[in-house]
Formats: sequence, structure tokens, C-alpha cells
Amino acid sequence: MAGDTAVIVLDIDDLRLARGARTILDGVSLDVERGEILALMGPSGSGKTTILRAIAGLERFDSGRVTIDGVAMTGGAAASARTLRDLRRKVGMVFQFHCLFEHLTAVANVCLAPVHAHGVAPADAKRRALDLLKTFGVEHRADALPRQLSGGEAQRVAIARALAVDPPVLLMDEPTASLDPERRAELGALLAGLRQQGRTLVLSTHDEDFASDFATRIVRMQDGLVVSGAD
Amino acid sequence: MTVAIPGLLAAAILSAPSVSALSAISAASASALSAVSAFSQAPQALRWAGDPEGGAPFVEADPAHPDQLVGFDVEIAELFARALGRSTEFVNIRFESIDQSIARGDADIGLSGIEDTPARRTALAVSMPYYEFREVLSVRDADASHVHALADLRGKRVATLGGTIAYEILLRAEQEHGLQALSYDDDVHPFTDLTLGRVDAVLLDNVLAERRHRVMGGFTVLPETIAIGHYVAVLAPQNGPLRDTLNETLRGAMKDGRLERILTKWRVWNDDQPKLYARVLAGEPVPPVIGFDTSSSAAAISRWEATRRYLPSLLRASVVTILLSCLSMGLAIAIGVAIATGRVYGARPAQIALTAYVELIRGTPILLQLFVLYYGLAAAIRLPAFAAALLGLALNYAAYESEIYRSALEAIPVGQLEAARTLGLSERQVLTLVRAPQAFRLALAPMTNDFVAMLKDSSLVSVLTVLELTKQTQIFATNLGSWVIPGSLCAALYLAMSLPLAALARRMERQWRVTPP
Repeated sequence: MAGDTAVIVLDIDDLRLARGARTILDGVSLDVERGEILALMGPSGSGKTTILRAIAGLERFDSGRVTIDGVAMTGGAAASARTLRDLRRKVGMVFQFHCLFEHLTAVANVCLAPVHAHGVAPADAKRRALDLLKTFGVEHRADALPRQLSGGEAQRVAIARALAVDPPVLLMDEPTASLDPERRAELGALLAGLRQQGRTLVLSTHDEDFASDFATRIVRMQDGLVVSGAD
Repeated sequence: MTVAIPGLLAAAILSAPSVSALSAISAASASALSAVSAFSQAPQALRWAGDPEGGAPFVEADPAHPDQLVGFDVEIAELFARALGRSTEFVNIRFESIDQSIARGDADIGLSGIEDTPARRTALAVSMPYYEFREVLSVRDADASHVHALADLRGKRVATLGGTIAYEILLRAEQEHGLQALSYDDDVHPFTDLTLGRVDAVLLDNVLAERRHRVMGGFTVLPETIAIGHYVAVLAPQNGPLRDTLNETLRGAMKDGRLERILTKWRVWNDDQPKLYARVLAGEPVPPVIGFDTSSSAAAISRWEATRRYLPSLLRASVVTILLSCLSMGLAIAIGVAIATGRVYGARPAQIALTAYVELIRGTPILLQLFVLYYGLAAAIRLPAFAAALLGLALNYAAYESEIYRSALEAIPVGQLEAARTLGLSERQVLTLVRAPQAFRLALAPMTNDFVAMLKDSSLVSVLTVLELTKQTQIFATNLGSWVIPGSLCAALYLAMSLPLAALARRMERQWRVTPP
């Protein structure tokens, strides 16, 4: 792993996005190396979440380019289905409110994409899903429905779901928003473990303490611009 | 006054907030009250009930003055009123409900080509007969040479008007001659369906058959008499004295030729009538129906015996109801899903077309849709009655189902869809694996509700001659002259169908409900 640290897995180049008269991203450029835990910080409306959504292919941007592990997405037209499919093998996302599929149990949430998007045999997918849940300490909740889970449990299931398709980059939107201090520490340890595996993490947060304790780099944004930490 | 009150109310409701609306209502009700008291002081009009839909020569709206009624029953009602020194007041009641309306006092007498039957003689005060008719068969011209009696119609479909002697004769003939009886709510569509080939014969009285034959071709009224019956006026059972007065009037009109003049004017006078009058005036008893054994009719037997006899046909009708509801609902769900998916995911023109369909269906009465499907489109596509009923209910309910599914689809939070997309699922997979399964759970309760509603709405298809539970109950009640037992049985059967459905729905909802472990 140590030899890979100089590899850039995520390259954001002059990303611009406006909605009507409002500029949301005003030319954001950012390189992220493998194994980084990068914390995007800044006031509400500064564009942190929009950047995550743009990287995940959920937000169309006007110009610029996002390259993740060799897959490039350019601004202007909507990305093709093929580009999006390739992109989504490279990047996983954990939403602020987790967005677990309400009609499926925890383990079924984790199995859905491997089975239906990657053609993994259901029995194999389930075995791997249970392993992931065990890694994150929630295997005893495998058969629970999302509404039966606590906030911390739901977050761990959501991380397991995103990692089930093994993406090199994991995006997390406000991961500490619903956690008490003890759970925040546990999350920090979990992220450190993921980093040890060679994954790259990009997270948006308001939480200065969490960022300074666990992030390897802090990038500050304001009004759609990176104001510090770009390199 | 009756025009002024709704007008005033409507103006008040449209124009003004609560205070003036309230004062308008109180003013209107005060004037309504004074109208009622003024009315009670005037000589009371003779209220007579009839069904203008039955048409000429009985009762129909005057083609030249549609707000006036003409027909021989109208003139006989006037004859009665003159003899009593009263004016006439017409009460519009559906043909099959006249008996019940008279019994509960909605009108003083019923006059609308009403047949003398054992059931009516038991349940109501019945006047002496004033007209003799013959039940005759009508067939398509090509069949006229080889059909002479009901026995020649084995395996054939024979239509008539519901709640008549003719229908009872056909029900008996189902057993004896193996034909299939079909009950219509009016006396026009049996003949149109005869010429369209949907039925093979029509049994109705000669007055109706000849009237229809004068305005449309393609069928022959056979000369053979199947049975003989009479028209009478009906009154509530406690109205015996008024009935006796009316009988005196009828006797006088038979003797002095007034009745003959009325019937001649309406082209229904024939040689049978003088013979009937001679018997009536000689005081001879006239049996309700001649040539058809009425000893086993429902009115002549105990109610429990009647129940025992009718229960199998009610159960058969329940099977039709449940089969029709299940098939229609299945089809409605399939079409509804397609419409909802098209409205949420389709291109703009598809969305507009589907929205137009939904609004058209929701904005027009289902009865109209059924009529258009069955009769309106008959020239282009001749659907069998059951198929038209199934399709009509399905197309109607599909509009409502699609709205349930559309709103359920749109109720799924966008986060669920985005989470599915970031996992690499295709748009189709997002729909089938995440959005639709969650929407289905939301739609389940309103869907169950609609299914129960469908069970009951399926009774509407009786207008297309489909004999389902409500129609069968109505026939039972007409023959029996009472709604108590048929109504109770019918309600019990509907509940027996809807309660398990509700229980099943509750079970499904429980299965998916989130319960703490």
C-alpha cells in the first residue's frame, strides 16, 4: 500500500455549476490521492454536498471534468449511461440520511447491487454482505428493516451497502451529523480501517473536531470556491 | 317556486360568504314552508306513478312538447282524476320500482302497463284489468318459419324485460326447454340485440312487440300466443276503497266506450278487449295470467320456501359477481400500472394522452361508458355482454388505479432513487427493485378499498344484461313482492365476499408493517 500513496485517484478540474442566476460551483479544482481521508468543510451553501453529488454522477455540471480512477465525466451534456455505469464501479456514496431501501432488510440492502448490477450469485453476495456487516459490527441486525435500526446502525449498513461493490472511492455526506461523541469516535476508527485497506474517502462535514482528529487533509470551501487545502 | 328556491340558493352560494347565504337559506325554507301549507289547502291532486322511459303507447314525453306526457295510461289516469274531481300529478318512478313506491305511498296509483300477477294481488290492492295482452315471440326474419313455441328455442338466448310475467315464463322455460333467459332493464334493447344477433328471440307482450316492429325492421313478431295477461292499476294495500272507486270508473268507461276511444287513439284496441270487458262487466273472475301456470310463483309459496328456491340462483349470481370483479380488477391493475408508469416515465405526448384518458374516464359516469362500450360500439365491434362488462369495469377502474400508483410512485423519496443509482442500478432496475415495491406497499390500502368498491360497482353491469348478484336479488324481490328476505340474503353474500378480502388485506399490511424486534 505504502508505494501507492502518490497515485491520484480523483481529479476534479475546474468544475462549474450554476442553477439559474445562482452560481453553486465557481471553478473547483482538486486532486485526491489514494488513501486520503479528505474532509470538505465550509458553511452551508458553500458547495460541499454539490461536489460530492457531482462526483457521484447525481448532479449535472456545466463545465469542467471529473476523473475517477481513469473514468472521466465532462460537463455540459448529460453523461452517457455507459459512463455512469463505469463511474459507479469506482465510487460509492453514503448519504446524510443513509437512504437505506425501506422495503428491504439490512442484509438485502447490501446484496441488492452485487446481485442485480454485477451479476454476483445471491448466495455469494449474501455471504459477503454478512462479512461486511460483521466487519462494521452490525451483523446481528442483518434481518432488521431500516426503520428498526438506530442512526449509527443505519450508517454502518449504508457504508456496507456502498462498499459491497468494492469501489476505490467512498463519498460521505455529513457522516457525523446524527452521531453522539462516542459513535463519532467509532466512525473515525472505521474510516481509518478503510484507509488501511487503500480506499480513498471524501467527506463533507461541519464538524471541526472530527475533521482534525480523523481527516488526513481538510479542504475549505466558500461560495463555490476552494479557499484552502487544494494541494 | 320549485324553480326559484334552487336558483336563489345557488346565487347565494356562488356570490356570497356565510351571512347572506344563511339568510337566503332561511328565506328559501320559509317560502318552501308556506308553499307546503298552501298546497295542503288545495284539493289534493291524484298522484299517479309511471315510467316515461317505457314510452308510447303507455307513457311518454310528447315529442312536440317534451315537458308533457302522453299515452293511454296518461289518459286513463286523467279519466280517474276527473271521476274523483281531482287534478293529476305525475310521479316519475322506474318501472321495476313502481310496486315498492306505491306500497310506501310515493303515489296513489301506479299505471304504466303494469301486469296483473299473483305477486301483485298478494302484496298490493290491484284494480280490475283494463287491457288484455298476449305474450308473443319475436325472432329474426330468417328464423320465422321454424320457430313457433318456446320448445323450439332449446339452447338459444331469449330476451325480455325484467320483472315481468314474460321473464317468469322464460325462467320456467330455462328448466323445461333448456333455453337461456336474459333480463333487460328496458324494452328497446332486447329488439336491437335481436337484430344484432346477440339474442335469438324476444318474449314480450304484443303491445311492446308491435310498437317496436313499427319503427324497426329485421325481425318478425310470431302469431302464436305464449300466454295471456292483463294490465291493471296498482294501489297500496290499505287503499282498497279508492281501488273500488276506480273500478267503478273503469266499468263506466268500458260501458260507454270512453276506454275504447282512448285505446283506439293509441292503436292498441283489438278484438280481445270487448271479450275481456264482457267478462269483467258480468262479474266473472279473471285469473292473473292465462296459459301459464302461476301456482308455483314466488308469491304463492311461503317466504322460506321462496328463499330455498332462490338461494341457488343467488349463489350462482355471486359467482358471476366475484368472477367479474376479480378479472376486472386484475385487468384494471395491469392497465393502471401501465398508465401510471407512462405518466411518470413517458415522453410528453404519452403523458398528455394518458392524462386525457384518466380525466375522460373520471369525468364521465361509468354507466355511460358501459352503454357506449356495449351498445354504442356495437356497429363496429360486437362484444358479448360479459366481455363488455369486464372491459368496461376494467377500463374505468384502471383510471382510478393509475392515479393511486402514480401518486405512490411519486411519494417515494428521491433519496431512495439516488441511492439505487449510485449503486449502479439501471433506471429500469431502480423502478422494479426499489421504487415500485415501495410504491406497492403504499398503494395496497387504497387498492383493497377499490377492490371492495368494485365488488359493489359490478352491479352496474346488469344494464348490459349480465345477471349478477344485485340484479338477481332485484328479480327475486320483484317476484316475491318484498325486499326483506332478498335484501338480507344479498347483503350477507356481499359481506361474505368483501370481509375475507378486507381480512386478507389486513394480513398483507401486517406482514409488511415494521414491528420492533
